[in-house]
Amino acid sequence: MLENQSVASRPVESVLSTNKVIRSTYQLLSMTLVFSGVMAYLSIAMQASHGMGLVATIAGIVMLWFVLPRTANSAAGIPVIFAITGLLGFGIGPMVAHYLAINPSIVMTALGGTGVIFLGLSGYAMTTRKDFSFMGGFLMVGMFVIIGASLLNIFLGIPALSLTVSAGVIMIMSGFILYETSSIIHGGETNYIMATASLFLSILNLFSALLHLLGALGDD
Amino acid sequence: MNWVSIGSAALMIAMLIFIFPRMRQAMKESPKGSSEDWKSFMIPLVAVIAFVVFLIMMVRS
Repeated sequence: MLENQSVASRPVESVLSTNKVIRSTYQLLSMTLVFSGVMAYLSIAMQASHGMGLVATIAGIVMLWFVLPRTANSAAGIPVIFAITGLLGFGIGPMVAHYLAINPSIVMTALGGTGVIFLGLSGYAMTTRKDFSFMGGFLMVGMFVIIGASLLNIFLGIPALSLTVSAGVIMIMSGFILYETSSIIHGGETNYIMATASLFLSILNLFSALLHLLGALGDD
Repeated sequence: MNWVSIGSAALMIAMLIFIFPRMRQAMKESPKGSSEDWKSFMIPLVAVIAFVVFLIMMVRS
């Protein structure tokens, strides 16, 4: 009888633990998104240059690669994730300012579009409860190819390639949202700070790619 | 070419170097998806593409 209780209670504990990770991830994600938005606003108000934006982005990525993995399992991970998202938000500010100067409605459309895509994909992964772990290799290869193409285009400066990269980023980041959400649901990701960092990056990249695409194709 | 472009290129090269071993590991360790699995990925992806096209048309009009 006791044995049966133990077997029955294990999945319940697992579900409770998963629900806790989901709740903590979305709470932290919403807070970091707001903070990142405030930092982007600060960057726009300060009229930060693209160079300053790049320096902030590099600082954020260095922290993401080398500091976050060492602090994610402790309370120190919280200020670190806020620092990373703040720096990345500040880094995107000059690009947002550029599009605000051209057409403010494009920025609002990209912001709303990013929200709808994120909520839609998260909702799809949560309601269907499908396991998207098979996409890991495909998404990493896709990201590698996209970064390689972006690098090439810095030297070539082909507008069509730039648009193709943006379209590719939207698809890859959509895949990452499904992959990460499914990973949280199925217990693959149990650290809510790392899950937040991953989802935040997908949202940020999705927003910047959508902004670029709408900015380029939104005008006759 | 200005220093921002050079800095961006350096950042992307660093990203490629950082991602490469993770990409190889992910390719080795990821389970193979069935055609049903890929279909379940294509449905939301097509919806995202359609939504982005709708946004572009909305901005153009």
